Formats: sequence, structure tokens, C-alpha cells
Amino acid sequence: MRFSGAADCESSCADIISTVEFNYSGDLLATGDKGGRVVIFQREQELHVSLQNKSRPHSRGEYNVYSTFQSHEPEFDYLKSLEIEEKINKIRWLPQQNAAHFLLSTNDKTIKLWKISERDKRAEGYNLKDEDGRLRDPFRITALRVPVLKPMDLMVEASPRRVFANAHTYHVNSISVNSDHETYLSADDLRINLWHLEITDRSFNIVDIKPANMEELTEVITAAEFHPRQCNVFVYSSSKGTVRLCDMRSSALCDRHSKFFEEPEDPSSRSFFSEIISSISDVKFSHSGRYMMTRDYLSVKVWDLNMESRPVETHQVHEYLRSKLCSLYENDCIFDKFECCWNGSDSAIMTGSYNNFFRMFDRNTRRDVTLEASRENSKPRASLKPRKTGVGYPCGVHDASAFSEKTSLCVLEGTAQKASSISVNQGSVGDEVRVVGAQTEESLGSSIFVAAIAQEQ
Amino acid sequence: MTPLSPQMMLSKGLKRKREEEEEEKEALAVDAWWLDPSHPAVAQAPPAVASSSLFDLSVLKLRHSLRQSEPDLRHLVLVVNTLRRIQASMAPAAALPPVPSPPAAPGVADPLLASSDAALSASMASLLEDLSHIEGLSQAPQPLADEGPPGRPTGGAPPGLGALDLLGPATGCLLDDGLEGLFEDIDTSMYDSELWAPTSEGLKPGPEGGPGKEEAPELDEAELDYLMDVLVGTQALERPPGPGR
Repeated sequence: MRFSGAADCESSCADIISTVEFNYSGDLLATGDKGGRVVIFQREQELHVSLQNKSRPHSRGEYNVYSTFQSHEPEFDYLKSLEIEEKINKIRWLPQQNAAHFLLSTNDKTIKLWKISERDKRAEGYNLKDEDGRLRDPFRITALRVPVLKPMDLMVEASPRRVFANAHTYHVNSISVNSDHETYLSADDLRINLWHLEITDRSFNIVDIKPANMEELTEVITAAEFHPRQCNVFVYSSSKGTVRLCDMRSSALCDRHSKFFEEPEDPSSRSFFSEIISSISDVKFSHSGRYMMTRDYLSVKVWDLNMESRPVETHQVHEYLRSKLCSLYENDCIFDKFECCWNGSDSAIMTGSYNNFFRMFDRNTRRDVTLEASRENSKPRASLKPRKTGVGYPCGVHDASAFSEKTSLCVLEGTAQKASSISVNQGSVGDEVRVVGAQTEESLGSSIFVAAIAQEQ
Repeated sequence: MTPLSPQMMLSKGLKRKREEEEEEKEALAVDAWWLDPSHPAVAQAPPAVASSSLFDLSVLKLRHSLRQSEPDLRHLVLVVNTLRRIQASMAPAAALPPVPSPPAAPGVADPLLASSDAALSASMASLLEDLSHIEGLSQAPQPLADEGPPGRPTGGAPPGLGALDLLGPATGCLLDDGLEGLFEDIDTSMYDSELWAPTSEGLKPGPEGGPGKEEAPELDEAELDYLMDVLVGTQALERPPGPGR
């Protein structure tokens, strides 16, 4: 199913989707856009539960709009005479603890905690007021009654519960919820702060790489994430292609890393652009917590946390671009950032590319597949057509409803086409992989596609 | 997998907020030989020495990045580091003039050791200063007053090493009494402020941090004198301080 945003040319810029994130169960999909809006989609409840196929449950993967709210507004910093963009950079869900859902959304400077709750009942039969809400004259009340809950049309309300502001001088690029479910980190170009979800007026600075003299600045933080199981461990990646793992127990300010991951440069492929293409745009732990994945310009690498010297796997995403680096430097494409993600069982990884392509790598079978998010080729409930690569064997695809890509672009012939930032359904079972991305065209507003991909036996 | 065609990759496109740079870049002679598949160098690793157009391109990117009201730090450090690599590869061919250390760096006794940082700082200073001389470039947010010795040519920076030509082409002779004039066009206010911090840390793009340009030579008189003396190898001031020699 495709969901179109506003088709007006004036609002199409604000509709550009800047981030997507599934929640833990995969039932909800949150998208943030350039206009500071968050739109949440909910997976259609499965109406047909197939009893015979209990061993291989797969849902149809249709998503409908669940809630929409304005998360951030543009702000003007009068002190610096700068406008702070309302664009949502990242959304992260909190693990669900009760009926309500909570998520963190952030723009460049301010992080907000939103509560999304359902209301499907209302009370009738109040004693002190009548059905219109007007107060009743107490002298008229002759009997007491117990209010009764009656069903009503589902209303989904989003309310801001916390605003975490004024802690970042530079642009926030990452947020990550800790496994203790009480704290989270936020990272900008030079600093990482630790927050308690209940406390908004204080944060702890745990990483600071700002040099005393800014002229000596050679490296910035590009992404950060908490370990999925060890609540004292987090990693952050840099523009120089390194990842540092830090343990918060060692010191209050984690300027000294516990582990340092860097692959030595291959002398044969050295160029003036080596550093730019080594800059890591995303880092993600595997669900098991044993591995982590990094995305640089041309590849994704899987690292074993016990081995710092080199990755255990390297997958080329679009190697054909290596010979074009100079042009890509000229038109700034070489600075584009892509995200990556693991599937639920850590057996496959996925990342985006240009031309509406995204690439999926099966770690067990060593197969890779290229899929295309294309408005023309995707019909509701149609299969995504995998692009046969020379090397990989395409995975079977079924139940493709739609999928979306986000961020970063390659400009071709005057049309902006989105390459991808991808969130994979964390709740996928077995070898099923759900893919989400968002495609935007300037003139047509944005579309979201959700796809389910299962791997062939 | 459908590879992107070379045509697409060469397209300047609509990307980024760089419209005003397009004319300038097109005016540069961008060597495209590295894209020629028949060129032997393309088949293997790229050459060790960059063409001057790659240098110019990087300088342009750096200027553009610095000109933003809130520079994208990642873009900035990546461009600077790339520029350093290019500069380093060009160094043997480029006769870098001896560069006075910034006054903010104490204890540097021998500025003739053109450390890459000092050279870069100096070239950065001249880059930012060049901004005010290049015609047709949109104004930097902070007005850069007309400074520099009279007769310094305006117009685009000459390609190649022009940006590094710290001494300025106008003076010509190093040892005439325009020695003072040699340093008039160095904007030392750049070293008084943090270069890449956002404005909350006291910097806006361009060498604005300190007092206005007109006042700078007078305020930094003592520092200029010190530099001069160090350059010519004397510690003690043999000439009386003060303007006009």
C-alpha cells in the first residue's frame, strides 16, 4: 500500500521523509519529515490467522496511518542569529511497558519524548455534569450513579512528555535508548550526552572530542549507539572510519576508549578521497550484541566485538562508484550518508544505495540481492522485483506491499531521488525480513512503501 | 545491477546550496583525465600528485563550507583533511614561501620550519582574506573591509598556488621598506578566534572574531614586530618599534 503525503508543490519540501523507525514488535512504523512532523503507521491486524501455517507466520504487511503530530517547530536562536531546523533527524522507540507507546524524536538541537496513547472508550453518566459537559445543579441531583465506559471511535493522542533541550552546541546526529530503559544517549559532532528519561534539566557529558583549539579539529562523531544488552557499553563512529567502544564504568568522561576498531588502509586503493569514503555514516549493533555493523560510503562491514583489527565481513554496496570518486567529490555526492540495519535474527543485513536501490546481504548463504523501490514497479501487494546481480542469488520475495527509502540523494537529470535509510522490523520471525524506506520526488510529495521479504529455503 | 552512467555522475545537478559556485567551477579547467578509461593511470591507483584543479576545487569547497552560518563540521573536516593530502602531494612542486607562525602559537622559534599546520593556517588565512578580493563572489556575512597593500590585484585567485601566495604579488621585493607592508594583509584576527566553532563560541565565518580589519594592524603592531624580528633571525629589536620605517 502506498501512502502519499501532500501533493502540493509548496509543501513537498516539508514532506521529505528524513527518518524511519519500526518499533520493537514491528506493529508500528514511525516516520519523521523535514517539516518536523511525525507520522506513525500501524500494521493492519491480521484477520486471517492460518492455523495450518502456525509454524511460519507472516502477515500481509499492510500499514495504515495511525497518528500524526507536529514534533518540532522551527526555532530561531536569537543569540547566534541562526534558525534551528525542525527537520527530524532521528526517531527511536522505547520498549513498550504498558498500553501507551513512547518514542524519542530529535532535530538538530532538542530531543523530545512523546507518548502515543489510544482512547477508545469514554465515560458516560457523570453525576456532576450532563452529557454536554455542563455542570448540573447539585440540588437537582436526586440519585447517584456510577459512570459507565462506552466504546467510542478510536482516537490516538500524542502528547509531549519531556523536552530535553540546550545540551548540544552542534547538530545531534544520533540518539540511542539504553537497555536499562531508563537512560539514553544523544550525540552531536563533538560530544555525547547521557540523559535520564525522567530528568530534562540535566545531562551528563560522557564523550567530548572537541580540541582546545578548533583549528586542530580533524575528526567528528558521526553515529553512536548503546549496546543492546550491556547497559554500560556504547560505541561511537567517526569521520575517519574508526569506531570506539566505551565502558561507562571506567570513568565519568569516556574519553579513553576500551576498544578501538579500525581497518588498516589498503595501500592499493589509496586515493585523495580515502578518508572521505572511509567516514562511517552509521553503526548498529547486532541483536545478539556480539557483532556490530558499520556503513561507509562504498561498503558495509561486520565487526566481531572481540576483534578490533579488522572486520569479519565486508560487503560492497556499489563498488562501481569507486572509479568515479572524483566526480562524486565534485558534486558532493561523496558526502552522502546511508544507514544500515540487521534483520531480526541477525542473519541478514541491509543498506541503501542510489537509484532507489537497496542491497540486502545474507550472511549465512553469502548471497546478496539488489531491490528497487520504484513507484512505477510497485503495485499494492505486488512482489518487489529483485535485480539479479552477477554474483548473488536473489532471495524470494513475496507480499511486497510497499517500501520506502529515506535521506541522502543522488541528483540525476534534475530529479531528486532518494537513496535509503532503512529500518528493519525488529520483530521479524525467523528469516523474514521487512524492509521500509521512503521515496520522495520533489514534485509529487513523498510516498512510503512497506515490503515484506522472505528468504527462499 | 545497473551501474550509473558516466553522464549522470558528471552532471553538476541541482545538488546542494552551491549555485553561486557553479560558474566559478566551470571556469576552472577541471581535468577530467582521471575519468578517461584509456588513460593508463586510471587503471591503477590514482597518481600521487593531484592536479591543481583538484586543489582549487577543494579550496572552493572549503570556502563555501566556512561561509555557512552554521558550518557542517563533518563536511568541513573532511574537506580540510583532503585538502591537506592534496597540499602535501603538491608540496615538492610548490615552493611554499616561509610562513610566519601565528602569534597565538607560543614557543615556535623557527617559523621557517613550514609545518603543515602553519602552512595550512596561513593558507587558510589567505583563503579567508581572498574572499574579500574576489570579485563577483557573494558577500561573506561579515563585511571584510578593503585591506591589504594598495595595488594588490583584485579578481579571482590565480589558479594553482595563488592561494598560497601569502606575500602577495604586489610588493614584489621582500626587502624594501614595504617590509611592514608584507604583513599588512595578514589577518591575524583569525588566530584570535576559534575558526570552526559555531557563533556561540565567538566565531562567525570569516575572520571576524576580533576587532575590525582597519584596526588590526595597529593592535597587532607588537606582534608583527616580533614576527618580523624572528623571521630575520634577531631576537632583540634593533629597529625602533612603530609604524613607518
